[in-house]
Parts: sequence; structure tokens; C-alpha cells
Amino acid sequence: MLSIKVKRQLGETLLDVDVALPLQGVSAVFGRSGAGKTSLVNILGGLAVPDSGEIRLGERWLYHSDKHINLPPEKRNAGFVFQDARLFPHYRVRGNLNYGRKGSKSAKQFDSVVQLLGLEQLLERYPASLSGGEKQRVAIGRALLTNPEILLMDEPLASLDLPRKRELLPYLQRLTRELNLPIVYVSHSLDEILQLADQMLVIDQGKAVICGPLERVWDSSELRPWLSPQEQSSLLLATVAETHPDYAMTRLQLANGASLWVNRTLREQGERIRVRIHSNQVSVCTEKPVGSSIRNVLPVTVEQINTSDDSNYVQLRLQLSGMPLWANITRWSLDELALKPGCAMYAQIKGVSLTEADLAHS
Amino acid sequence: MALLTEYEVAALLLSLKVSLTAVCCSLPAGIFIAWVLARFDFPGKSLLDGVIHLPLVLPPVVVGYLLLISMGRAGWIGHWLYETFGISFAFSWRGAALAAAVVSFPLMVRAIRQAFEAVDTRLEEAAQTLGAGKLRVFFTISLPLTAPGIVSGMVLAFARSLGEFGSTITFVSNIPGETRTIPLAMYSFIETPGAEAQAGRLCVIAIIISLLSLVASQWLGKRAQQRAHGQC
Repeated sequence: MLSIKVKRQLGETLLDVDVALPLQGVSAVFGRSGAGKTSLVNILGGLAVPDSGEIRLGERWLYHSDKHINLPPEKRNAGFVFQDARLFPHYRVRGNLNYGRKGSKSAKQFDSVVQLLGLEQLLERYPASLSGGEKQRVAIGRALLTNPEILLMDEPLASLDLPRKRELLPYLQRLTRELNLPIVYVSHSLDEILQLADQMLVIDQGKAVICGPLERVWDSSELRPWLSPQEQSSLLLATVAETHPDYAMTRLQLANGASLWVNRTLREQGERIRVRIHSNQVSVCTEKPVGSSIRNVLPVTVEQINTSDDSNYVQLRLQLSGMPLWANITRWSLDELALKPGCAMYAQIKGVSLTEADLAHS
Repeated sequence: MALLTEYEVAALLLSLKVSLTAVCCSLPAGIFIAWVLARFDFPGKSLLDGVIHLPLVLPPVVVGYLLLISMGRAGWIGHWLYETFGISFAFSWRGAALAAAVVSFPLMVRAIRQAFEAVDTRLEEAAQTLGAGKLRVFFTISLPLTAPGIVSGMVLAFARSLGEFGSTITFVSNIPGETRTIPLAMYSFIETPGAEAQAGRLCVIAIIISLLSLVASQWLGKRAQQRAHGQC
């Protein structure tokens, strides 16, 4: 476990976090800018000092205010990937990669990291001539080659434009799947978290709002209030089943046996995935619609109705035989359909709205 | 016929020796003080800054006088140095180098300090997270990235040392072959009736070596800049 219990005053807000993250997989730290995510990860890396508290990585204290332990960054054995790659301009890529390399046994490791991140062609170049995405790949490789016990990543994609993001994301996915290294991944992008994370810690105004496995946090009521309606979504577990012979659509088999048609994906049949369904793309009918363009019509039960006072939106939590599915509808619809918890309904999800960005390896 | 007279060659070589010694010996201290001034805040920082800049604004004759009473053989530091190590600055080229070092020190520190301030401390943080201790960070990150500033500081100090006159003549006098650098030699010719031509020749030599050092500094500065930013 990575146990974090720290307090630090950040201007107006007090960073006050007490959580434990498992030492496997990717733990995403999610929050708005200014929520204290970067401060938290800096504290973990030793680049900032909390006012009080304790941090323990496995059996090792990184920081303990009462015992006066505060390991400097170079002794924490934590790899750090910054938002700006921070490559050393006066070293070639090879020199950057070698900077923190430990021991001589790692010649094989060097080659495997270079290969994993696709750096073969870049080794003799200087950082000034690299693109943003390439720089970030080098920075990740540089951190990995220090043989860290944990990898801290502070919004590694945030400073890249969209094409560069798309280019780097597959590398990160490979990395998280192939390395047995716990990763703390700070991000304000739910898209990235969907693709990469196993656990999720949500921070708001310095406080940990919720922490746990990704699906559970995603589905929790705590997360929803401070996502805009466009960002609200549900996660369903599914298996890739078949591709339509005539149309560019793929059928996913949901855990409960129901089918979900999405835009064609090149994923292998049988791959277990998570599907994100935006709540704004889900509508409900009291009767099974006929003559509809919508490909996905699923029987559901209304479980919970969240009406926030100031919003025109109503959040419906629907039960899709065991899996929660959230739908945003207007207050008007709610009144007209006279929905109550327990009502049997049909949820409609437009197949065209489900694209590759909504699918993630599970 | 030789291009330069023996006398001119002696003055030129002495000038180069004095200036190079002054720059090379004051460089480590210059780098250290520049780094301290750029990176730390401490009580008395402005005082230190002021003392270091003093030779820039003081009349050189005052600097020479202060050196004479402190570092001369009868001076309180000079006396101790002579007694303990047998080192004497008085009336020797070493004294000329010391005077040159003192007056050129502020120029060197200024240039290097600005370079240290321009180094992105986030790169130093990154180096720390890669396991580098303070010393390694300094020698592998901070110092190489400061190289362009160090080069320009050295050249500035060298040029200033070549031109040093007032404090040199006050501190170590004007001794042919020992402390008579080009400016002092020129001064001697100007004082001598009928030696206008010789003074003129020295003047041309002074212009040429100053120009050469400026060109060299630009070239070195550019190279160091490119090196620090990985473009060569």
C-alpha cells in the first residue's frame, strides 16, 4: 500500500488527504485545476514538503513529521514524469535515458524500455529537435530506467495537442499493461483515466472526495455533482462479440447477456472491455419503441432519481440487470412520464455515439 | 624585421599572463559567489552583493591603495602570507594579476549570476527525482547550462584585466618586465618626450587584442549556447 496522510496549506485551500492506494495497477488522481493534485504528487515525490503527516510506501517511510523523516527526492526511488517533459537540453536522448540509470546489469532493460517506448530512432538526437510527444516518451523512459518502486505521473498528456495525445496514449496503455509497477497518474481528463486507470482518487479543494476501484468511483453519486452533464457517464463491462457483416458496427456482449452495438472497433473478439456511456446519450421510454433509428434498446428499471434544485437536468440511475446505467433527462420529461423508482423502462443508447474513445481494455 | 619590438612583445606577453592568471584564479570563486547570490536568500545578501560590486564604482586608485595596505608586504594579510607561505604580491606580476582580478571580479560574477538565474530550476528538480544528489545536480545540470554565461563572464573579466591600469600602478608600481603591462607601457611612453610613435604602436596592439578577444567571446558564447541547448 501507498499510505498517504498529509496536510499542507496551499494559499487559501488546505490540502488534507488521508488515503491508501494499492501498490499495483494505475491509481488515477482526478480533480479540477487548483484542487491540489499536483501538490499531492509533488509531496509524494519529495519536491514539496507537507506541513504534517506521514507517507509510507510499502514498508518504507518516505515522510513522517513526528519521526522527523523526510527523504529527499533522490532517495525516494520514485520515478517522476512531469507535465513538461523536463529533458536535459545538453544531453542527447541517450544521455537523458542514462542519467538516472542504476547499476550495470540493466543493458537488457535499457533495450526493452527503448523498444517499449519506440525510442530507437531518437537516441542520438537532442531534446530540442523532438516533438512534444517524443519528449514525453523519453521522459517516461528516463524515469523507468531508474528502476523506481513507483512511478508518479503529473498530467503527462496535458501539455500536448490532440494528435500528440493520441500518439502517446497507446504507449502509456502498453506501459501500464506490461510493467508490473504501481503508477500514480494525475489527470483532469476522464478520457485518459478511462483508458488507463484501475483505481481512482478524486480530489476537490484539497480533500479526498472518494477513492476506490475505477468502476465503483465512476458509478458513485459523489463523483457526479461536480461533473458537467456532458461529462457524466456510466461504465459497463462487456466482451467484444462480433462485427456486423454489412455495416461498420461491432456488437458487444454485456455482462448480463444483453447486446450493445457500437461503431466498429478493431479489438479482438473476446477482449474484455469497459464501455463508457455518456448520460446525455441515454434516453428512456415507457414502452419498447418501434420504428426507431436507435440500435440499442435495453430493458431497465429505475432505481434512483436525483433532482438537484438548481438544474434543469434530472439524473436517473437505471438498473440494467445488475449494472448501473445513468441517464440525464429534463425535468419536463420526468414530470410527463411520471417516473418513480421501480418503474420498468426501456433505455435507448445511440450506437453512433459510442466510439473507440469510449472503449477501454479492462 | 620583426613585427614587434622586444619591448612590445614583453609587455604583450605580460599583459596576457596577468589577465589569464587573474581570470583563471578568480573563476572558481566567481562561480561560487554567483551561484550563492542567484540561489539563496540570506541576511547580508545585499551587503555581499555591494562589496562585490564596489570595485566597479570605486576609483581604481582606491582599489590599488586598499590592496597596498592589505596585501603589500607590510599589509596585514600580505605580511601573514609572506611569513607563512613565502608568497609576496608586492611589486611582482602576481600583484598585477591580483589587482586585475579584483577589478574584473564584479563583471565576472554578474554575467555568471545571470546565467544561473536563467537555469530552469525545474530541470534540477527532475535530476533529483532521477536519483542525483545536490553535488551531481550542480555539476551535471546547473553548471553546464550556465556555460554560456561563464564564457561571457570570463571574456568580460579578461578584457577588463587587459585594460587595468590605475590599481595596478598604485599597488605594484610600473616595473619593466614585471608589472609593466600594455597600458602601463603606453603610459610610460606618453610620459617620455618624443616617444609618440611607440605609444601609437602600443595603442594599435591594444585595439587588436581587444578586438580579437571580443570576436573570440562571441564565437565561444555562441558555441556554448548551442551546446547548452543541444543544437550541435
